Amino acid sequence: MKTRGKKTLLPPTPPQTIGPYFRIGLTAPRPLSRIAGPDTRGERLKLVCTVLDGRNAPVDDAMIEIWQANAEGKYNHPDDRQKKALDPDFIGHGRMGTNSEGICIFETVKPGRVPGPGPGNTLQAPHLEVSVFARGVLKRLATRIYFAGDPANNEDSVLALVPKARRATLLAQPIEGEPGAWRFDLHLNGKKETVFFDV
Amino acid sequence: MVSSSSRGKASVRRTHRGEGHPARDGEESGRILSPYHRHDPKNEPGNIYPPYKSSLARGPRKPLIVLPHTLSEITGPVFGHGEIGEMDNDLTRQHAGEPLGERITVSGKVLDDNGRTVSNTLIEIWQCNAAGRYAHMVDQHPAPLDPSFSGAGRTLTDAQGNYHFTTIKPGPYPWKNHPNAWRPAHIHFSLFGTAFATRLITQMYFPGDPLFPFDPIFNSVRDPKARERMISKFDLALTRPDWSLGFRFDIVLRGREETPFENKR
Repeated sequence: MKTRGKKTLLPPTPPQTIGPYFRIGLTAPRPLSRIAGPDTRGERLKLVCTVLDGRNAPVDDAMIEIWQANAEGKYNHPDDRQKKALDPDFIGHGRMGTNSEGICIFETVKPGRVPGPGPGNTLQAPHLEVSVFARGVLKRLATRIYFAGDPANNEDSVLALVPKARRATLLAQPIEGEPGAWRFDLHLNGKKETVFFDV
Repeated sequence: MVSSSSRGKASVRRTHRGEGHPARDGEESGRILSPYHRHDPKNEPGNIYPPYKSSLARGPRKPLIVLPHTLSEITGPVFGHGEIGEMDNDLTRQHAGEPLGERITVSGKVLDDNGRTVSNTLIEIWQCNAAGRYAHMVDQHPAPLDPSFSGAGRTLTDAQGNYHFTTIKPGPYPWKNHPNAWRPAHIHFSLFGTAFATRLITQMYFPGDPLFPFDPIFNSVRDPKARERMISKFDLALTRPDWSLGFRFDIVLRGREETPFENKR
């Protein structure tokens, strides 16, 4: 395979904040809270996401996007060459604006495990890819949602990159008394700042 | 709302595109395909830019953790024609009446940083009207709303990566960041590209805007050459005689470190 090390690359277009008015273009014409359709296979999840700023105040003008594999651990994308089945009723993309309490809710299925970055056949723990945009957020923030208590978390090579003390910021927690419901608090900054990734 | 039928269509299309590479199937395929180029910090705003006040409580302060690209980052949502209406790229024809203002065509090409065209990728735009007012509840600027202008459009790039929008030139407008703060005229752009890694939301500006030196959002990108890449160019060739002025805005997304195999076959 050719390396492109010596090639001059075109400089990319810089990002800018989404601003406060994205609803007219993005979430009003295309709200997508129901990631899983009625026939989607897998364990149902209700994911309650709250976005908070550094003063712990709810961020009521954030947009969250989700990208995830299906229940078998297969992404609906041509570059996923695994011999796993696609689910005809599942794309894996969700997008919502937060409400006045900083909350948006996604209805989906728990993603299966997908291959990890390392050598060998290591699998990643079940996780969702998350993009966060908001007024005051200068460029896309990328994070992941994992599930508290999943035994696979202990062998996940991405979680292993995160200092132990901050790993909990990536874990959704089960909501008591509501089976299948999980909450994920996203702290944009402050003491409980969520881990964000350079993707 | 994306209907279940359009979900179905998209799935079929993607399944089809994914076939024909049996030699490359397998559990380990997450690390066969090449990752994307990393971000260049010079090309981007930081997460905190103090002159943009709302970044202070909303931008993360801890260092980002570098995430090696796995299958999760080199895949991403793909959208199909079933989700785009025929008139969605003409913001001047979404109502019975014609919007007020200067009619413009905005066209360009979407490329990756290797110079390859990015075809069939979703572009969504939103903007204020000619008077500088968004059709949005939160916008309290005392400028008139235009009942003939909603300010949102979307399209897919064609096979050569080209896109076209017809719209109205947005006006500048005041905001509360600092005393007498005004945003230069801009159109918001949202692109997915080919992967989670390539997601981009930006703003397109107009050449020669006198407000550039005073705008903390524009200047949050510190490299002047990088800022220039957010400014469209007036292009007489794109102008439609007796109809609209033309502006060209080419967009470059990050590309892969190495050329995927299938492109060499």
